[in-house]
Amino acid sequence: MQIGIFTVGDVTTDPTTGRTPTEHERIKATVAIAKKADEIGLDVFATGEHHNPPFIASAPTTTLAYIGAQTENIILSTATTLITTTDPVLIAENYAKLQHLTDGRVDLMTGRGNTGPVYPWFGKDIRQGINLAIENYALLHRLWREDVVDWEGRFRTPLHGFTSTPRPLDGVPPFVWHGSIRSPEIAEQAAYYGDGFFHNHIFWPPSHTEQMVRLYRERFEHYGHGPADTAIVGLGGQFFMRKNSQDAVKEFRPYFDNAPVYGHGPSLEEFTEGTPLTVGSPQQVLERTLSFRDYVGHYQRQLFLVDHAGLPLKTVLEQLDLLGEILPDLRRGFAEGRPDHIPDAPTHASLVAASGGAKDSTVYAEADAVTGRTDR
Amino acid sequence: MTRIVVVTAGLSVPSSTRLLADLLGDAAGRAVEARGSEVDVETIELRPLAHALADRLLTGFPSAELAAVIEKVHRADGLVVVTPVFAASYSGLFKTFFDVLEEGTLDGKPVLLAATAGTARHSLVLDHALRPLFSYLHAVVVPTGVFAATDDFGGATASTGSGTATSVEGALQKRVERAAGELAALVAGSGTPAPAAPGRRMVGDELASPTPFDQLLKQASEGPPQY
Repeated sequence: MQIGIFTVGDVTTDPTTGRTPTEHERIKATVAIAKKADEIGLDVFATGEHHNPPFIASAPTTTLAYIGAQTENIILSTATTLITTTDPVLIAENYAKLQHLTDGRVDLMTGRGNTGPVYPWFGKDIRQGINLAIENYALLHRLWREDVVDWEGRFRTPLHGFTSTPRPLDGVPPFVWHGSIRSPEIAEQAAYYGDGFFHNHIFWPPSHTEQMVRLYRERFEHYGHGPADTAIVGLGGQFFMRKNSQDAVKEFRPYFDNAPVYGHGPSLEEFTEGTPLTVGSPQQVLERTLSFRDYVGHYQRQLFLVDHAGLPLKTVLEQLDLLGEILPDLRRGFAEGRPDHIPDAPTHASLVAASGGAKDSTVYAEADAVTGRTDR
Repeated sequence: MTRIVVVTAGLSVPSSTRLLADLLGDAAGRAVEARGSEVDVETIELRPLAHALADRLLTGFPSAELAAVIEKVHRADGLVVVTPVFAASYSGLFKTFFDVLEEGTLDGKPVLLAATAGTARHSLVLDHALRPLFSYLHAVVVPTGVFAATDDFGGATASTGSGTATSVEGALQKRVERAAGELAALVAGSGTPAPAAPGRRMVGDELASPTPFDQLLKQASEGPPQY
């Protein structure tokens, strides 16, 4: 079971002090949070991608490479990589490069992005979101698996004799998760490829997450990747904890009430009841988190959102310390009753082993054949 | 069993909007029964859902209570919708309820439109505001809409074209009966095996029977199927 954190990189005013961090502070804080996550023994750090204020989450591979250089074990991932507005050729190149630089500590999660104005900045149309996600990923999938690609599609200029470089490390592409809150088509896509499916989980009631995961599992089996309960499932989650649960509620309430997305809407009490948000003692967070299995089955990855809504860095690091304290119990709890045939989330090492061992995947091209196939 | 759901957006208690909703609900029930079908008429007040509707706008998902109401509306065989007139149009509360319905929720659904106001000068609100809204939502709107102003409930009399005096209340009841009859006829016909146009696929449809991936791939590169 992988346990980690994910961030969207929002630059939000701390409602208790009125202070807004600078972009520089927020970017450096993100690095500090990732390093802390590695230090307390978390398995995954994932960053989102946004191209508009108030976010600092553009250029995710730059952030992840910098973090990768300063950490030892943590897997670097995304939550999410915009498969709709980003050229799949650039995704193929950037994440393969990151894979080499971090010796395989990379996977990624594709998502569509729901910020309407962003699409036209990249020459795209949000109404084609699903179609973009389907076609762009189909290309990305090939770019990582075929040395030379001829391709023609609806949303991107054609490719003839194209080789995406660097080739994936050891001949094994990064593992891919497909993230979607409410589009069954994306669960279908994840199932078709036998990739992972990640449900954000934090903004919607568990009943909805359950339906999406069930569909993914059924279709994973349908497409012949194995029994439904061996499909690769990830969930989001969010908590705020203090030793004393009343302290947690008191301290978190102003952040909740003013948070982007759900702020000024339902009360903290309504939202904690209706969604997986847990505000309370470490024991409460532990118990709530372990209850997610009740409706999605045994799963592979749990990511928490801890650094949003204007929470200061100091508080976020304290939250990670507390998470570190319950981490052994979380791992024990997740292992309890988990049948032997339930797989772990794929890692670079496991994928290399499954492919029959590492191989050099370099495409050695002559200087005059840099575009791949030639017509000589 | 034919399910008629009445959605009413009155704010006060008692409200003339609810009064009209009850008249229409009763009449629709009788009209469906007259066609030999069992009927279940349920009335939904939007007022107690006001907070849940605002939360839905902000969070993107409905509370359990609101989700249950939306499901009832989606499953209804016919709807009666009644709004008070605010600033020459439907009320914000009324519109918000229809704003948060997933696209396709009302596709092909028979709907009877009704409104109340303090003066008969607002009567065209049915055709200028409500009818375009429900056309957009792909509902099948009953030809007769029912508008009731304060006078309609006051028991006053008005001159008819033929010069004889009739009770205004009686005239309202006649409109109610006619509209309810039209709704019952549409509801009776809406169960036919071949609807005029296929409804849009909703998230629930995809969850129940997902579009196979090869078709998603085809749609991605070729565009959606032509209807």
